[in-house]
Amino acid sequence: MANTATDQAFVEFERVQKSYDGEILVVKDLNLSMPKGEFLTMLGPSGSGKTTCLMMLAGFETATHGEIKLDGRPINNIPPHKRGIGMVFQNYALFPHMTVAENLSFPLEVRKVGKSEREEKIMRALGMVQMQDFAGRRPAQLSGGQQQRIALARALVFEPELVLMDEPLGALDKQLRETLQFEITRLAHDLGITTVYVTHDQTEALTMSDRVAVFDDGRIQQLAPPDQLYEEPENSFVAQFIGENNTLMGKISKITGDQCEVTLDDGEIIDAKPVNVTEVGQRTRVSIRPERVEMNKERLSPDAHTLKAEVLEFIYMGDIFRTRLRVAGNDDFVIKTRNAPDQVRLTPGTQIDIGWLPQDCRALDA
Amino acid sequence: MAEVMQAADGTPLKRSLARALRRQKMRALALIAPLLLFVLITFIVPIASMLFRSVENDIVANTLPYTVEALADWDATGTDLPPAPVYEAMFYDMFLASEAKRHTRLGTRLNYETTGMSSLFRQSGRNMDDIADLSYEPLEDLDDAWDDGETWYALFNTRGVSDTTLLDDQRKRVARLSGAAADAEINFAPDAEVSALLPLAAREYTAWAVFVATQNNRDPAERDPWESVAPALVTDLQRADLSGYVGPAADMLRAAQQANLPVPDFTQEFGAMDEDWASLEPWQTIQTHSGTYTSGYFLNAIDAQKTPDGVAWQPEEKQILLTLFGRTIWMSLLITFSCIALGYPIAWLLANLPMRQANVLLILVLLPFWTSLLVRTSAWKVMLQQQGVINDVLVWIGLVADDGRLIMINNQFGTIVAMTHILLPFMILPMYSVMQTIPPSYLRAAKSLGATNWTAFWRVYFPQSVPGIGAGSILVFILSIGYYITPEIVGGTKGVFISNRIAFHISSSLNWGLAAALGTILLAAVLVLYWAYDKIVGIDNVKLG
Ligand SMILES: Nc1ncnc2c1ncn2[C@@H]1O[C@H](COP(=O)(O)OP(=O)(O)OP(=O)(O)O)[C@@H](O)[C@H]1O
Ligand SMILES: [Mg+2]
Repeated sequence: MANTATDQAFVEFERVQKSYDGEILVVKDLNLSMPKGEFLTMLGPSGSGKTTCLMMLAGFETATHGEIKLDGRPINNIPPHKRGIGMVFQNYALFPHMTVAENLSFPLEVRKVGKSEREEKIMRALGMVQMQDFAGRRPAQLSGGQQQRIALARALVFEPELVLMDEPLGALDKQLRETLQFEITRLAHDLGITTVYVTHDQTEALTMSDRVAVFDDGRIQQLAPPDQLYEEPENSFVAQFIGENNTLMGKISKITGDQCEVTLDDGEIIDAKPVNVTEVGQRTRVSIRPERVEMNKERLSPDAHTLKAEVLEFIYMGDIFRTRLRVAGNDDFVIKTRNAPDQVRLTPGTQIDIGWLPQDCRALDA
Repeated sequence: MAEVMQAADGTPLKRSLARALRRQKMRALALIAPLLLFVLITFIVPIASMLFRSVENDIVANTLPYTVEALADWDATGTDLPPAPVYEAMFYDMFLASEAKRHTRLGTRLNYETTGMSSLFRQSGRNMDDIADLSYEPLEDLDDAWDDGETWYALFNTRGVSDTTLLDDQRKRVARLSGAAADAEINFAPDAEVSALLPLAAREYTAWAVFVATQNNRDPAERDPWESVAPALVTDLQRADLSGYVGPAADMLRAAQQANLPVPDFTQEFGAMDEDWASLEPWQTIQTHSGTYTSGYFLNAIDAQKTPDGVAWQPEEKQILLTLFGRTIWMSLLITFSCIALGYPIAWLLANLPMRQANVLLILVLLPFWTSLLVRTSAWKVMLQQQGVINDVLVWIGLVADDGRLIMINNQFGTIVAMTHILLPFMILPMYSVMQTIPPSYLRAAKSLGATNWTAFWRVYFPQSVPGIGAGSILVFILSIGYYITPEIVGGTKGVFISNRIAFHISSSLNWGLAAALGTILLAAVLVLYWAYDKIVGIDNVKLG
């Protein structure tokens, strides 16, 4: 993966650490490498150090330790205005005393771009975000979504190779967010820009990115393409953070190659895939996605283990059914089934057997 | 549609809403009433009355009513002295005024316009008795009874038909002269027959009677009148037809008429008393300033004056106020600019330091507020004077020779330094509160877009901090334009402001009219500046916090 391909990396973090107060490391040992043109999203809970990483890259914070390289050159000593990195802020940071056109003109003026070329570029950038008609307005006269577009246009107008976006859609409603998500990815893709995108919203991360870096506690917990992240979380933090997830606690009782048996706390045995467990007797947290739970025994192999479950609640959600079960003493075990014509609707109180393919059930750290 | 909405009890909805709102309004009004009254009584009313003083000028017409009337037709631009009736009127006006001890006040007032008027009035007041005696003594020689107050009282007091017009007029005259009511019961009314026969004497006797009765609380029946009734009587007797008169003292009057007693030649007597009265100047001054309202104080305030020929500049040596206005505005501007220059970086630091350090710094900024203004200004005196701390240090490190100590106080430099220091917090606080609202992300955004630190500051941060500068500047400028204590203490003669001049006229020269005019001009200047600022920058852009 690009992780190791240092020779073609465009953005690189090498063993970067950051502390604001000399006591707590906000970023602990960050290693990251991005090829040119990649759309990478940093996803993580609040306070996990995402903004800090972005600020170090942009030059507004210095790394306490380690090196950040841009296009092969260390940038620790380059001042922010010489880095040529476009940036979109969460609160847009459009200059309130300038019109939209003046805001866009600003990065070009400081680069001493001629007037006619400037105007052409401004109109092109406004065209990219469909805001040509708003050139004369002031930011305060625009809606949130429009301001966001202008902020995007301003970050792109001087044709940077790298664009950083810190929760740019955080303040917008769902519908607008989805439209803009699409526009941002389209633009980034069309213009071939390398993008680092920060978000809280996992759907946003999954739908937009080439790769997602899941942050927690100052470290990247997993860096992978969205599908891999969802289906093959490498530790229990990622498994729980991304998407909906059922967990059961137990102990490893047998490992054979890429399959293992887990004895749950109430004594039942299930099949799972060992991910970051290695020894028999180790405590583990197994995780199964709700849509991978199987109620139809015929689809499982004959020697697969199954569990008894009691239906607690049935929720009709239109395209899917969501059924809450009690499994191995856990009342929050959820399964999702597609609303197909032959699908049974379970009534509360029913006893059923459930099972899964061993590779869908991941035995992770406890 | 046309039906009126009604409340539950059937009254129209509008009216019951209005009633409910009125109660709320009354309650709100009651809450602020104490403050409102306080402000009204202690602030608005005094200011209004002070401003009114700048045009008020009824003292001339109140003190010299008959003179002003007689002078009205006189041509002040000519070379002739006023005619005899003017001098005559002046005598009676001045006589009453000097008895009431009001003539010196008028002298002081007219002295603002023409030097010498004050002493002229003071001295002339003393001499009025002498002129009156020119008639009084011969009359007394003729018949001792004229020396008796009862004779006069019997002669003028009513015997049935009284001259109420005359009485009312004289009550008004006394009231206006003494500034106190004169409508108490006086146990006297002029007799209509006598007042027709002896109009001038009746007038003066009535004036006297009103004065002693209302101002001195005496019964006119038991007192002797002032000597001024004698020249009045003698004057009347020259024209009076006594043939049909049978009232009291008829024989005495006839005898006096027969004796053809002398009437004083007022023109000559005044000229002999003081040669100024034989010149045009006092009369011109009186006539020019006889109106009830005057623009004279305002003209004085801008170094001009009223003359019989219209408005003219003051003599060179008296021109000082325009210079002072100019200096006040110029130095206030300098102070405002130095406050901006010194305050801006501090405000910036305040807004950008971490909370704790910012709080310490803020306390340092506010520290001056906790010491008395007088102490701070005096401290500057200690610092700046020639034997002061700064000079000592400069001499000690050898930058300045001991005999070449810098003069930093009692001049404009001292005023500017001390006032900049004192007004600095008024600049810093509004700037700080504006800067606090500018998110640091703007500067970051500018830098990420390629701007150097300076460009980012100048093109992005500074424009957004302008409202703070505007608010601070208005505050500092308006405060400094009216500042008094500091220029008074450290300003010497060259560093004083217009307000020091106002204080001088209020407390030393007692020319309150001029002080009021200066104050009014200052107030108007501030309002005009405020208006101009609103037009140019827009007052909505000013943020005080
Ligand atoms: N200027 C600063 N000084 C001191 N500590 C800071 C500063 N900025 C951030 N921190 C701390 O660093 C940690 C990481 O902050 P950061 O802003 O990078 O989080 P984040 O992942 O962007 O969070 P969020 O999703 O809420 O924006 C937090 O614990 C925060 O308190
Ligand atoms: Mg953040």
